[in-house]
Amino acid sequence: MIRGKNLLALKDLSRREIWEIIDQARTFREVLDRPIPIVPALRGKTILLLFFEPSTRTQISFNIAAKRLSADVVTFSASSSSVLKGETLLDTARNIEVMRVDGVVLRHSAPGSAQFLADRLTAFVVNAGDGCHEHPTQGLLDIYTMLEHHESLEDKVVLIVGDIKHSRVARSNIWGLTKLGAEVVVCGPPTLLPAEVEKMGVRVASNIDEALPDADVVYVLRIQKERQTSGLFPSVQEYRELYGLTKARARRLKKKVLLMHPGPINRGVEIDPEVADGPRSVILDQAKNGVAVRMSVLYLLAGG
Amino acid sequence: MSSLIIRGGRVIDPPSGLDGKKDIEIREGKIVAISNRIRSTGARVIDARDYLVVPGFIDLHCHLRDPGRPDEETIESGARAAVHGGFTTICCMPNTEPPIDNEGVVQYVIEEAKKARLANVLPVGAITVGRKGEQLTEIGRMVRAGIVAISDDGDTVRNPQLLRSALEYAQIFNIPVMEHCLDTDLHRDGVINEDYYGTISGLSPSPAVAEESIIARDLLLARFTGGRLHILHLTTETGVKLVSWAKAEKIRVTAETCPHYLVLTDKECLSYDTNFKVTPPLRSERDRKALIRGIKDGTIDAIATDHAPHASFEKELEFDQAASGMIGLETCFPLLYTRLVRTGILSLKKIITLLSTNPAKILGLKTKGRIAVGFDADITLIETKTRWRLTPDFFFSRSKNSPFIGERFIGRVVTTIVGGVIRFQEERPK
Repeated sequence: MIRGKNLLALKDLSRREIWEIIDQARTFREVLDRPIPIVPALRGKTILLLFFEPSTRTQISFNIAAKRLSADVVTFSASSSSVLKGETLLDTARNIEVMRVDGVVLRHSAPGSAQFLADRLTAFVVNAGDGCHEHPTQGLLDIYTMLEHHESLEDKVVLIVGDIKHSRVARSNIWGLTKLGAEVVVCGPPTLLPAEVEKMGVRVASNIDEALPDADVVYVLRIQKERQTSGLFPSVQEYRELYGLTKARARRLKKKVLLMHPGPINRGVEIDPEVADGPRSVILDQAKNGVAVRMSVLYLLAGG
Repeated sequence: MSSLIIRGGRVIDPPSGLDGKKDIEIREGKIVAISNRIRSTGARVIDARDYLVVPGFIDLHCHLRDPGRPDEETIESGARAAVHGGFTTICCMPNTEPPIDNEGVVQYVIEEAKKARLANVLPVGAITVGRKGEQLTEIGRMVRAGIVAISDDGDTVRNPQLLRSALEYAQIFNIPVMEHCLDTDLHRDGVINEDYYGTISGLSPSPAVAEESIIARDLLLARFTGGRLHILHLTTETGVKLVSWAKAEKIRVTAETCPHYLVLTDKECLSYDTNFKVTPPLRSERDRKALIRGIKDGTIDAIATDHAPHASFEKELEFDQAASGMIGLETCFPLLYTRLVRTGILSLKKIITLLSTNPAKILGLKTKGRIAVGFDADITLIETKTRWRLTPDFFFSRSKNSPFIGERFIGRVVTTIVGGVIRFQEERPK
């Protein structure tokens, strides 16, 4: 059992809880290959998808996951909610509370917003990304995908490249992977590395070309172009030259390396299209596994 | 006016070294006698045998939201909170709406304080018109109306030429220029200290250097101009070092820190409880320890509350959206006494010096900040035996934004005397 009511951060989970979610996801992964990929586990339960930030794949993935569990799904996204009219998250929470949903999946730009909601709701809350804080189901589906190729992540080297500073995906992966014994290395321009990141239990590689040959997994993060205008790197072209996973760099990788990306991809910026679509890429597996992992999380939080 | 005698309390007057059981006689708002036994011929007597008797606290830095936000605080409610916390004199910052940037608003504050008849309220005037950082205010006229310092608190005076002018011009009146030190471009929209906890919280970080670079700039400007600089809410280790250097260089600088920086660190923000959101942000444990050292070695002159009342609807928001600041007038002494004095980290004498004697000196209040014959009878009586729990209904402030609600404290103000008149007296439990 997952100890808490909610899934807010991988920082809060134990190694055992992570394994439990993964194991349950494996069961659901088999369900997804059936002709009728649906189980009645959450029949009669209502899951609210509350997305205050644009998202395609995460929202679709949770939506499908909940429906595969036979839950009733209500979707509420920023453009159709009252947030634009100026309603506070507190009032949103109070309204949800009286409408009595069973679970809420929240995507929000403010770090801590999932915690905020969880503190005020009887329903369980799944954090689907809160600002630069965490995106725990992404971390879990990434771990799941790595575990499809490795029995254990003990001592496996996972190199995360890019804008670590603003990445909730990086934070969730770092917590999850280090708990499972992986060696996490981060690499990116110093302007995009957060303060004292080593204290999270990772190593900082200053040179990507030296770090690549040792990696069992290369996890490429999306580079936000607006970081350029805020003075954190000079140009997309220069970023590609210094940190992009180019065809040339891909040649120096281990043969069995896994290439991952949380999407959406800026093709030709952080990763070359030939590499993203190449044989070592598991980027689409990530998306596919996301449904099973989210089914597992919803199922376990709803009471297993 | 008949006299008042405070009988048998443990009287502490840091400058004279007095710390012992004494009687104090008050007449016409002044302390007229201090001795082992004063005969009470018709005088009203306060039995202080179970209490500490200390010079009334003087807050260099609080926000009373008046004019502008009576839902959060008024001069009256703020002054009531002040005496409840043992403060007999408070300086209110000019970031009101409209700001205290002209004689008229200064007069308004002074009049409201007079009407309230609680603590002495001394307004701080804005440095620049509208606090916009563009043009000096009529400092002379505001001094005539009653300001005791100038500050654009809430904002840094971004233009160094303008701060230079303020430091030069304020010398006409011998008042301190109180600077809120945070470089706007480095601080940006930061809400948490930039370190490990900032990183794992995902909140926008504000680096210590945002504060330190402005402190360094301001110290150099104070040296260059010979002006009197007061650093508001000092929070970092390097900031303490810079002030220490400046004092060795004989630069005319004083510095304050706040109770919360002495007992809390940025780790608290991981709860995303917005009552921990303050500006500058709570810093690291290393910084906290450096502040304690800075108090011990005299680098830090004063502890000010930065009492910042906020309505609940401005606090019960996402952390990055919430208003910044916590209330502090009523928890200041209990917090410092419980966490720092009783634990042996700082002496009671030191705390009293930083809460009363030194602030009086910084403001040039020659008859305040001490319990001595001839001084104003601004006196606070404190009970230090019972443990009590802080609940929201404790506050006289109109706002409740305190992260300490639910905490247990030792040290409770029981009586506050301002100018010889009892302005707060705890209701006796039945």
